Amino acid sequence: MAHHVRTDYGDSDPLFPSKAAVFWYAVLIAGLIAAPYLLESYYLSQLVFIMIYAIVGVALNILSGQAGQVSIGHAAFLAIGAYFTAVAQKHGLPLVLYLPLAGVFTGIAGYLVGLPALRLHGIYLAIATLAFAFIVEEIIARWESVTNGNEGLMLPPPSLFGLKLGTEGFYYLCLLVTVLVVLAAINIIRSSTGRSFMAIRNSETAARSMGIDTARYKTTAFALSAGITGIAGSLYAHKMSFISPEMFSLSVSIDFVMIIIIGGLVSLRGAVFGAIFMIMADPLLIILKDKLPLWADVVTHGLYLPDTVTQAVQAGVSRVVNAPGLKSLIFGIIIIVFIIYEPLGLDGRWQRVKAYSKQFPLARQRSARPPRMFLKSERR
Amino acid sequence: MLDFTQQLISGVALGCVYGLIALGFVLIYKATEVVNFAQGEIMMLGAFMSVTFITTLGLNYWLSFLLCVIAMAILGAIMERLVLRPILGYPQFSIVMATIGLGLVIRALVGIIWGTDDLRIETPFTDGVFKIGALVIAWDALSIIVATILLCAALYAFFRFTRVGIAMQATSQNMLAAYYMGIPVKRMFSLIWSLSAMVACAAGILLAPITLIHANLGFLGIKAFPAAVLGGFGSIPGAVAGGITIGIVESLSGFYLPEGFKDVAAYVVLLAVLLWKPQGLFGLNAVKKV
Repeated sequence: MAHHVRTDYGDSDPLFPSKAAVFWYAVLIAGLIAAPYLLESYYLSQLVFIMIYAIVGVALNILSGQAGQVSIGHAAFLAIGAYFTAVAQKHGLPLVLYLPLAGVFTGIAGYLVGLPALRLHGIYLAIATLAFAFIVEEIIARWESVTNGNEGLMLPPPSLFGLKLGTEGFYYLCLLVTVLVVLAAINIIRSSTGRSFMAIRNSETAARSMGIDTARYKTTAFALSAGITGIAGSLYAHKMSFISPEMFSLSVSIDFVMIIIIGGLVSLRGAVFGAIFMIMADPLLIILKDKLPLWADVVTHGLYLPDTVTQAVQAGVSRVVNAPGLKSLIFGIIIIVFIIYEPLGLDGRWQRVKAYSKQFPLARQRSARPPRMFLKSERR
Repeated sequence: MLDFTQQLISGVALGCVYGLIALGFVLIYKATEVVNFAQGEIMMLGAFMSVTFITTLGLNYWLSFLLCVIAMAILGAIMERLVLRPILGYPQFSIVMATIGLGLVIRALVGIIWGTDDLRIETPFTDGVFKIGALVIAWDALSIIVATILLCAALYAFFRFTRVGIAMQATSQNMLAAYYMGIPVKRMFSLIWSLSAMVACAAGILLAPITLIHANLGFLGIKAFPAAVLGGFGSIPGAVAGGITIGIVESLSGFYLPEGFKDVAAYVVLLAVLLWKPQGLFGLNAVKKV
């Protein structure tokens, strides 16, 4: 079993849990730095999307995972960051200035959304953020003098200190921003702010009686989360090089919540796992679309089924495969399955695999089972 | 003035549909503390089912209505059993996401089964109008209003006078106490989902003549959120009142305000009300003790 010897207060919550972790993170970073020389451009582009989604995942983790506040309107913050970037770039601001400013500007928007959050909880808050997202989407579509309405805005390629960033340059920019955001988030969570967030998550009444200024910390959580999402929005706008209102619809917000649900709410690692899952689902689906009719063919022939059955199966498979809603069908099933069978997400599974290998011959299934949960009423 | 009355009536008719969807939310929320984001999709499923019964099978409108409602009641119970029962007691955030997932699945299945074209059904109310002086009311608008009143009366009687209804009320007031009194709480949950799916199905079929039946009909469910929140999320008359308020606001803002306000009017009203009264207009203001 693992024992921790602590000789210092800082030891209780270190940045890296062990020397091995430092080594593995260094390997990961080295791999990511080498990636442009190793991967095809398609996978490099997917990697950029993963990093952007991971930043949003980190933002939502701070808000939902740490502070326990629900938001199903985060696409609105992504939109604000993206449009801020487009407008700032048009007015000739340099990237080093508008990237952080996009974060600050969106953070202010998040603070304003956080104000009503002070008086709302649970479902009322979720619906208020939903309403906010719809209103932002509509404003963007109608404020044509700035946003060019539904026709959208084109963004020229980003340039840093007068140098145009190519695909690789932009990749390194995203990598740098992701690493900085993750480090910042870890440190926020380790700080007293992060602990206050957790106290509010676990019980708001208890947190208030411990002397935590819940109003301040709730708005802080919203502002931080929105600001980080705004930075992701800035990168997203450059990655897409074209933005329009329908790119920030409700389904995008739901994708973002899926990131943390699938990855796991408990830790930041979950946000990254979730982002990888969400982005890589698309290429996997394309492969599935190609291969599924073939597999169905093999199975039906292997079973020596009559021709009519074979044809019926073929027709059914091709209908499902070519259906426009296939992606949302699969995503819907994935959400439900994850919530029922893997409530701690991919990160929870990872932790269990790690614990299993650590206690290898002694591990018992029962020790890994999560505690049973009972219905907790939110009413009196 | 005539324009105003005309808009008011179409607003009330639309609002009744929102109210019925919101009623579905409220029934489930009151009993199980689950907010069902799939309510709009369940309504859509009901509407599409009516297409199968009325257009494809050529059945009588009233018979089809009955069959749809029964089928949706069974489906509602199945959804509860498969998706919601296993996650009873999980954090609300997870449950909300599960219902969003359920909604995605229903929408995709509807697209696969019925296709993505706009469909319409023939009803006894199609094309009929009712005239009072210069005022023109379409029969289908009137049918929605009348049906809403009837449904509310029926639900009131159900909760007031039947054993099952009273058991449901007990479950929603205090689950544990109800369980101790010998009420089968889990079966009540299934029943509540059936009931809510039935109400949603009725809303879907009533709405079908006004808006065509299409795969995005489920988004009306998201419009019904403001209605439920306005009503306080725990009150059945509140849900209908909230729905009618939202319907009227939307209809009037579509007529008098510039383009674009119609789509967001409901949400602006929602945010304003939440800022002023965080528990909705009819909600209870309660702080949970630790």
